[in-house]
Amino acid sequence: MYELTQQKHSKLNKLSSKTRKLLTRRNFGKYFTMFLMALPGIAHIVLFKYVTLPYALIAFKNFRAVDGLWGSQWVGLKNFNFLFGMVGKGWQMVRNVVLYNTAFIILGTLIGLALAVFLAEVYGSKMSKFYQTSLFFPQFISWVIISFVGYAFLHKSNGMINGVLTSIGQEPINWYNSPQYWPVIITLTHLWRNLGMSTVVYLAGILRINTEYFEAASIDGASKWQQVIYITIPSLVPLISVLTLLSIGSIFFADPGLFYQVPRQYVNPALIKSTEVIDTYVLRALRGGGQLELAAAAGVYQSVVGFIMVVVANWVVRKIDPESALF
Amino acid sequence: MARNNLISANHSRIKAKVRKFIIHLILILLALAFITPLILVISASISDNSAVLRRGYRLWPVGAPVVNEDGEEEFPLGISLEAYEFIFQDASQLLTSYRVTIVVTVIGTVVGLFLSSMLAYVLSRPDFPLRRIFSFLVYFTLVFNGGIVPYYILVTRTLDIDDTLLALILPFLVVPFYVLIMKNFFIKLPEEILDAARVDGASEWRLFYQFALPLSLPMLATIGLFYILMFWNDWYTPLLFINKAELTPLQYSLYRIMADLEFLTAHMTDLPGGVELPPIPLGTVKMALTVLAALPITIIFLFLQKYFVKGLTVGAFKG
Repeated sequence: MYELTQQKHSKLNKLSSKTRKLLTRRNFGKYFTMFLMALPGIAHIVLFKYVTLPYALIAFKNFRAVDGLWGSQWVGLKNFNFLFGMVGKGWQMVRNVVLYNTAFIILGTLIGLALAVFLAEVYGSKMSKFYQTSLFFPQFISWVIISFVGYAFLHKSNGMINGVLTSIGQEPINWYNSPQYWPVIITLTHLWRNLGMSTVVYLAGILRINTEYFEAASIDGASKWQQVIYITIPSLVPLISVLTLLSIGSIFFADPGLFYQVPRQYVNPALIKSTEVIDTYVLRALRGGGQLELAAAAGVYQSVVGFIMVVVANWVVRKIDPESALF
Repeated sequence: MARNNLISANHSRIKAKVRKFIIHLILILLALAFITPLILVISASISDNSAVLRRGYRLWPVGAPVVNEDGEEEFPLGISLEAYEFIFQDASQLLTSYRVTIVVTVIGTVVGLFLSSMLAYVLSRPDFPLRRIFSFLVYFTLVFNGGIVPYYILVTRTLDIDDTLLALILPFLVVPFYVLIMKNFFIKLPEEILDAARVDGASEWRLFYQFALPLSLPMLATIGLFYILMFWNDWYTPLLFINKAELTPLQYSLYRIMADLEFLTAHMTDLPGGVELPPIPLGTVKMALTVLAALPITIIFLFLQKYFVKGLTVGAFKG
């Protein structure tokens, strides 16, 4: 009886047991339904994130609209030269974005942690809602609106800061024409907008720490400060590490809202040299008919070098403490 | 001995109170500093424009300047609604922009949530055969992508949807990061309920629709809020792809007004040619427009922010 069954299903026997399970009528219907359910989502991701990949080849070509993408001549890495200073000022934007992001990561993490510790101290009190709300609401404001807010502060004759300066007898400053102030302005604006998110994430991490640790520590006579150093921070290290690794991966990426809208680059070319990042360069190239292949090269550079950096940084972190690695 | 203990106990109580006080002080000052820009914009929008031109925007709304007995100008505190009155004389462009933004946001959020959650649900089922491949496809996009230029070429050349409503909605329907958050949530769904339904003969689709979704409403609300934010505040996509005035969403319209004086005058004053344009209270109008552009999202925020913060703190973010 068994042999007969074996002969009958000899073809099926050749397949793996997993595939055999798949093809049974009951399971196949279920898996097919699941496949259909996942299909739109996956199709969308494949379309916008994977089908676009070949178009990045434009970075390696001497693009002429006449020849199209495939007909244009291959030039290897020539289009990347401008990013490294061999031609023109491309290195400026690379320098800008790395410096800004480094400052953002360091300040954002330190201040975010400090605020999270403070918020944890007063968590549940009447004011704590107010604190969280006011820290978090800038997340909801679009960058265009923020650029108007900046205008209200920094306009050379209507702005509040100059108004205050004149009324105490000081000379007003032409903010939108003075690139030297903008690294600070941009950093402060970035912190204003993004501190809320990182603080809440760290706060969530702190609240998850087992309170028994704190109780035991205070019975042992540890001060609050000591508790922070020896309990809170170490518990948050994996979280900090994951967030920092992710930030390193996007160290060449910048938010065009922050760097294009807030300094109003479209009307203040003087500010470009201290606020130009790769993303604003690409934005201007796309709008004003700049050279597409250079902009594409900049994009490839962002992704590839950023990816390499994450892999290397992750490898280093994995050696030190596997819990803290990204993957 | 006991007395020393009492003294040090009192000391640490006082220290604790002082510490709490300092923390509250820091937080209050910080919170006020964070709100100040908002206050500035609101009070600027209800100020008198000539006062703004003379003295600049201030934190308190300023009424029309008057000349006092010494012959000097004074700027009394007061509210002037001239900016808003001016805007509502001809609000057609504003209304169009509102309509575009609302349509894009509603459709985008609903469809996007639906597609993403379906994908996330399937990815969370351990017996789905294609789980590894699909998960990889989603995860990989988090660390690597092709750049903006390829995306631009895709939308304008291949899909050929530039200057259409679709260009504002389609690219953002599925966000890999949100899919992963949702997937991690669906993994934690109570298996017993799903198994019971399965035994009763429910299909995977019904499991998703009738069980998984209702059980995840808070999480869906949080991600939905992320979607709403993404669509409502998007100025970049229309900057790349939109030229038609009737497809101009709100934030982009605001940007055009700041960037392009012609856009402002063309759409704020709808008078037949040859008629003298009344002076536009420009300074305060800009602030009033800002308030109008930020108002809906601020209201939503104030109502939903407790769910939002709770959603984040209850680990919707972990992993």
